[in-house]
Amino acid sequence: MEITTKEYSVKYDAQTATIHWQGAMRLSDKEYEPIKQLLNKVAALELPQITLDLRKLQALNSSGITTLGKFILSLNDKKTTQLLIQASKKIAWQKRSVVNFKRLMRRHLQVEWE
Amino acid sequence: MVQIFGEFSDSPTNTHEYLTMGFSPNSIPLQQRWRNNGLSADFLADYLTNFFPYSDDNDPPSIERREEIKGAVSYIANELLENAMKFNENTSQYPVSLQFQLHDDHLILRATNSLPKKNVEGFQLFIQELLNSNPDELYVRQMVRARENDSNRSSGLGLLTMKDDYKAKLGWKFETVQQNPGVVVVTTAVQLSVISEQFFSDLL
Repeated sequence: MEITTKEYSVKYDAQTATIHWQGAMRLSDKEYEPIKQLLNKVAALELPQITLDLRKLQALNSSGITTLGKFILSLNDKKTTQLLIQASKKIAWQKRSVVNFKRLMRRHLQVEWE
Repeated sequence: MVQIFGEFSDSPTNTHEYLTMGFSPNSIPLQQRWRNNGLSADFLADYLTNFFPYSDDNDPPSIERREEIKGAVSYIANELLENAMKFNENTSQYPVSLQFQLHDDHLILRATNSLPKKNVEGFQLFIQELLNSNPDELYVRQMVRARENDSNRSSGLGLLTMKDDYKAKLGWKFETVQQNPGVVVVTTAVQLSVISEQFFSDLL
């Protein structure tokens, strides 16, 4: 599962159960639809652990943050999946906003900083 | 009629450095203009960093501070423009504008757009909620609402992140500019501290 454009990419690596994010995503609500579908497919796998690797995602608008938040809420409902978020303190939006995702999944979400 | 909410700052432009960008509502299709939001926000952020000269190119705190401010301005300016474009009353002739103004210890970003009068009340109710709610609870509530409505459109998360994550002060001015059909021009003002400890204190 993979979505690649000139500006960004979202790739699911089944071997490591990791979704790799890259580039700058400041999309309109409608443009997040394919990404939401990819996330829903990964959530439906009900894996024991999923990693979101955000370390190369330079920009994300609030609509993108909402898309991620809704995915995290859906994992929280299922209660079968642990989530690891890999984030970078060098990227402004991550330093500011990633920690808030813990509010949506208090017990099974871990953030690993680089 | 004029209504003010939050900490609205309306200082005159002639005493400070400022830059204003204007966008005509009908000149370019929205989809094409959507890309312009990020470009305009990045331009503004780059331009602004010129006012924060490096004291020393090898001084990590000074470089870090510039990058912090640049990242914050780029995020906030983009959110303000996206909101202005998304909610603008495109049939009216009022332009969308984004202005930045530099003060000694803070900067202000102001976005202006028109709204159909029927959308004003819902927006003002959300502003009240934003100003009066516990941020933790509001964050979760808005995410849950966005999921229930299956939409990111009006999660209000852009404004919420500016206020909570970037410690910005937010204010709004609503002015009725036309009757029948009613059109209201709204200016959203975001004040960001650039020297105070507040801006940096709660970083990880």
